[in-house]
Amino acid sequence: MKYIDEFRNFDIAAKIFRLIKEEAKDLEPVNFMEVCGTHTMAVERFGIRRMLPENVRLISGPGCPVCVTPKNYIDRAIALTNLEDVIVFSFGDMLKVPGTNTSLFKQKSRGKARVVYSAFDAALFAEKNQNKKIVFLGIGFETTSPTVAATVKYAKKKRLKNFFVYSGHKVMPPAMKLLAEDKKVNIKGFLCPAHVSAIIGMKSYARICEGYNIPCVIAGFEPLDILHSVLMLIRQVKSNKAKVENQYNRVVKFSGNIKALQLIDEVFSINDSDWRGIGVIKNSGLVLSKGYMDFDAEKKIDLPDIKTSADKGCICGSVLKGIKTPLDCGLFSKKCNPDNPYGACMVSSEGACAAYYRYRK
Amino acid sequence: MKTITLSHGSGGKLMHDLIKDLFLKNLGNPFLNKMGDAALIKSWAKKTAYTTDSFVVKPLFFPGGDIGKLSVCGTVNDLAVSGAMPKYLSCGMIVEDGFSYSDLEKITISIRDACKFAGVSIVAGDFKVVEKKAVDGIFINTSGIGEAFEDSFIDIARIRPGDKIIISGTIGDHAASILLAREDLKFKTKIKSDCSSLNKFVSSIICEDIKFMRDPTRGGLATTLNEISLASGYDISIEETGVPIKKSVRALCEILGFDPLYMANEGKLMAIVSPGSAEKILLKMKRHASGKDARIIGEVKKEKDKKVYLKTQSGGLRILDMITGEQLPRIC
Repeated sequence: MKYIDEFRNFDIAAKIFRLIKEEAKDLEPVNFMEVCGTHTMAVERFGIRRMLPENVRLISGPGCPVCVTPKNYIDRAIALTNLEDVIVFSFGDMLKVPGTNTSLFKQKSRGKARVVYSAFDAALFAEKNQNKKIVFLGIGFETTSPTVAATVKYAKKKRLKNFFVYSGHKVMPPAMKLLAEDKKVNIKGFLCPAHVSAIIGMKSYARICEGYNIPCVIAGFEPLDILHSVLMLIRQVKSNKAKVENQYNRVVKFSGNIKALQLIDEVFSINDSDWRGIGVIKNSGLVLSKGYMDFDAEKKIDLPDIKTSADKGCICGSVLKGIKTPLDCGLFSKKCNPDNPYGACMVSSEGACAAYYRYRK
Repeated sequence: MKTITLSHGSGGKLMHDLIKDLFLKNLGNPFLNKMGDAALIKSWAKKTAYTTDSFVVKPLFFPGGDIGKLSVCGTVNDLAVSGAMPKYLSCGMIVEDGFSYSDLEKITISIRDACKFAGVSIVAGDFKVVEKKAVDGIFINTSGIGEAFEDSFIDIARIRPGDKIIISGTIGDHAASILLAREDLKFKTKIKSDCSSLNKFVSSIICEDIKFMRDPTRGGLATTLNEISLASGYDISIEETGVPIKKSVRALCEILGFDPLYMANEGKLMAIVSPGSAEKILLKMKRHASGKDARIIGEVKKEKDKKVYLKTQSGGLRILDMITGEQLPRIC
C-alpha cells in the first residue's frame, strides 16, 4: 500500500539498524523518549525496542490521550449517560476506560454511548435528533482539537441547541517541558509526535530544545521513520548540539497548520489541566472559550459532583514520565491486564502497559 | 408494516400459516414437509461430524450477507473444516415481538439460497417469539451433521514441527464489513463480508497431508493460531508480509488502528499441512474460487513454549498474543 509499505521496507530497516549500532558504539547509555502513544504502539508492534543496542533506550512518554484523561472525567462522562435525554458520543478508545464503578462500554449496550470517528458525525446526529442532547467527549491533543473546534463552529453556525462538547483536550508542549525539567527522567532526546507536530509545527519545540539542551526530532509513525529519527537523535547527542529536526518532513511544516491553530485559538482557551498519573500541569488544557460557551457541556448540563477513587498501587505516574517501565510494576500482567486494567497505561491500546502486555508479555 | 407478533409463536393458526407460507415454502424438503417432532435420517457407515452455533450478529443485514446466510455458512464451515461433508441442518429462530415480516422473509430466503449453494437441507426447525427487547431482533441457532470425507485425517495431534500453515484467502473482510455497517463510520468502501460456505472447497482439496483445519472466525487468524499452539504445544511462526489482506481492508485498519490478524472471517480456512505437500495443496486451493488468494504464511516450530510469533514487515519479531476484549477505533 502506498505511503505505508515504503516506510516498512525490510532492507532499508536493516541498513538503518546497522548504522545505529555503529554510531552508538561508544555512546554513554541514553534515554530517548517517544512522547506519543502511537509511537509506543508502533515501536512494540514492529519489534523495534528489542532490536536497538543496549545503550540506546526508548522510553514511553505521556502522549496517550486516553491514558492521561483523569478518572474523574470518565466518571462524569458516565454520569452524563445516565441523564435521560443525553447521548454521549466518543472516540472508540475511550469506551473501555474504567471509571470508579463502571465504563462507558457498558453504557454502549444501552444505546447511551456511541462510537464515532469524527466529532462532526456527532454534530450531524444532533442536527437530526433535536429532542436529544448530544455530548461529544473532546479528548486528545492538538491532533483532535482542531476538528472538534471546527465542529463547534459548525454547531454555532447551524444554531444547534442540543450539541455540547465535554472538553478534556490537552496540549503537548507543557507536558514535555515538565519532563525536561525532571532530573529523575534524564531524557537525552525527544522523538516528537508526528500528528501533533503536523498541527503545531517545528517551531513549538524550540523552547524545550534550547531551554534544556535536549535534541528533538519530529518522527513519523512508520518503522523506518522511527529508526531514522533514533539515528538522527544519536547524531545530535554525539555532536553535542541540540536542535529541532524534522524527520517527518513529508507532512510537518515549520509553522504547522496555521488554519488549524487559528481554529483552536478561536474556539478554545488555555487552562490548567489534570493529567491522570501525573497531576495538574499549568496551561496544559483546553476549555471552550467565551464565545462558544453555549456548547460547553460542563456549563450547560447540570452534573452532580462525582467522587472518584484513586488508582491504588499502580505506578502509572512514573511510567508516563518514563522513570519506570511497565515491567517494574508489581501489578503488571498479574492483577492488571487489558481485561481488568488498574491504571491509566493499561486502559488504552496506546498506553505503554497495554503495548508491553500485548506484544511481549 | 406486517410484523411478527407473540401470537405467531403460540402454536395456533397464525403459527401454522407462517410455517406453511414462509418456512415450508422456502425451505421445504421431504424431511421438513412431514412436520414431525424429529427428522428420521438413514445413517451412514462412516464417522459423523456434529456441531452447533448461535448467531446474534448486529446489524442483521450487512454488505455481503445477512444473519440467515451466516447461520448456514457458519455451521456448514465448522463441519467442513472438521473433515466432513455437511448434510443436514436444524434451524431454531427466536424473534422479538414486532419484528418485520419482510425482514424475516428476506432472512429465510437467504437461508434457502445458502443451503442450496452448500447442498444441505434444513430437516428440523423451531420458531419462538419473545417479548420486545427480550432479544435483539432475531437470534438464530443452527446445528448440523456431516459425513466424514473418505480421505480425511483431521487431527490436531498429527501436527509436527516443520508443518506449513496455509490461509485460503484475504483476512478481515467480514469484520470490516460489519464494523462499517455497525458503527456510525462514514467511509465509502466496497468492502464486503466473505461469508460463504467452504464445504465444496474442502472437498476439492482434502487429502491425508492436511493434518488440521479451522475457520478463523471470531478473534481472527491470530486467535486461531494461538488456540492451535496451545492445543498442539508447539510454537508457530508466521510472516506478516505473507498474510493476504485486501487493500481496502488494510487501509481501513490503518486508519482505525485495527489489526486485521484479529478480525473475524466467515469464508476462510486455515490449514496445517505436511511440508512436502504444501505447494501441491496450495495449487489445488488456488484452482478453486474460495482459494484463489491462498498463501503459505508460516510454519510450526519445534520449540514448545506455546507461543505464536510474527515476523514483521520491517524485520522485527513480536509475539502474536490472543486478543483481549474488543478492538475499538482509536482516537488519532
